[in-house]
Amino acid sequence: MDDPVILRVENIVKTIGGQRILDDVSFSVKKGHLKVLIGPSGAGKSTLLSCINFLSPPDSGTISLDGKAVDGKSRKELLALRQQVGMIFQDFNLFDHLSALDNVRVALVKVKGLDKRAATNRAMEELARVGLADKSTLYPAQLSGGQKQRVSVARALAMDPKVLLLDEPTSALDPELIGEVLTVIRDLADLGMTMVMATHQISFSAALADEFLFMERGRIVERGAPSQLLARDSGSRTQSFCAKLSELAGDGHCEIAPAPRA
Amino acid sequence: MEGFYSAAQASWEAMPYILGGLWWTAGLIIGAMLVGFILGVPLAVLHVYGRTLTRKAVAGYVWLFRGVPILVQLYLFYFGIMAYLSELPALSFLPLSSGFLSAVIVLGLTSAAYQSQIFRGAMASLPAGQLKAARALGMSDAVAIRSIILPQALRLAIPAWSNEYSILLKDSALAFTIGVLEVMARTRSVAATTHQPLPLSILAGALFFFLTWAGIKILKRLEAKVRIPGYAHQGSL
Repeated sequence: MDDPVILRVENIVKTIGGQRILDDVSFSVKKGHLKVLIGPSGAGKSTLLSCINFLSPPDSGTISLDGKAVDGKSRKELLALRQQVGMIFQDFNLFDHLSALDNVRVALVKVKGLDKRAATNRAMEELARVGLADKSTLYPAQLSGGQKQRVSVARALAMDPKVLLLDEPTSALDPELIGEVLTVIRDLADLGMTMVMATHQISFSAALADEFLFMERGRIVERGAPSQLLARDSGSRTQSFCAKLSELAGDGHCEIAPAPRA
Repeated sequence: MEGFYSAAQASWEAMPYILGGLWWTAGLIIGAMLVGFILGVPLAVLHVYGRTLTRKAVAGYVWLFRGVPILVQLYLFYFGIMAYLSELPALSFLPLSSGFLSAVIVLGLTSAAYQSQIFRGAMASLPAGQLKAARALGMSDAVAIRSIILPQALRLAIPAWSNEYSILLKDSALAFTIGVLEVMARTRSVAATTHQPLPLSILAGALFFFLTWAGIKILKRLEAKVRIPGYAHQGSL
């Protein structure tokens, strides 16, 4: 595959409170690909994602989007980068004082400068895409967790991001609500959205991911195709981590190595 | 006893005059709350999001106006700063020798110090994710604060704000010391002729109580009106 590289992350180092959270992390994502970050809590997955859009600026290293390096020093460049990099948070972070429609619309008006009607149309389109057109007037406190996360996906997509960063998008959800969010993510992958996702949903993401990046103590210690890393005899850290998770959950979802993505 | 009745009679006759003071009291309060709000919001923003030096400057302002008694400030402003400024020919078009103006400025600056801390607390109590999400969408901090942070923080601040109103209302009575003809000043001047301060004090107390009650009622209504759907009533103040 010769898809162009959209996002390149090189030699990222991040220290917080004297502790090295990210230690020389590099990877790149091609257009339409999905990279999945796996690993124990505290491995640095969230920090890595928030270094990419400088919500937590890296101490050193380079972030390039579409071949253009951004160092975070120029405010204008930084805001432009963030416009083009969507982010989905574990706890949704919907704007509590705005309806679902306004949550999606606010940045279209305030950042992209769309007029109100164009912004409304676009926002409604995105809400429809995540199946929430009929909930547009409801406020976050009136939505379920799964609905909130779908609104936050609509909010990110409305900005036409080149890359979507997903930070454990289903970890704060009740088990029965995870499915609806995973369905939305699967649709996005099918539509060719470029994504980097941190998740513990290993069997789900194995079916979609182009590559697994296994992180531990601030480094990427393993990378490869899901089927390869999850093969029962692979002896990989990924496999044993997954086996441990599935043992805890009792669902045995590491037993079968999933088929590679068609 | 006869003296008391004639004093009560005189007090009764002075009622319209004393009630007329309500306009001045209301003017002081509304002016001071507005000055306090217009200065308090940016002060709070700078206190929370400013650089170290800015934050220290705001903290200094707050300490100054919280620390100096309002009576002292009124004298300093009215007999000092404003008296000096009103001598300047270039400023002669301004009503600088008005006690009302001095009182509104002093009460407003003091209220700004208190209000800034109310808003600061409200902003600090919002989840950090709100600002993060706004930034992640490409909003500048100025836009994020204006469209995401303040609309939520100001809602949260209303109960504490109505407290500030009731305190400021009673502080406004000090304006009589620099000749503002508000409720307290008129009460005292009538009492000076009747020599019976008691009925007049009761009347003044009742008027201030009524203003407190009415103001808080209005703010509670505002709080209900801007309540975010789906959230329980916040507190029961």
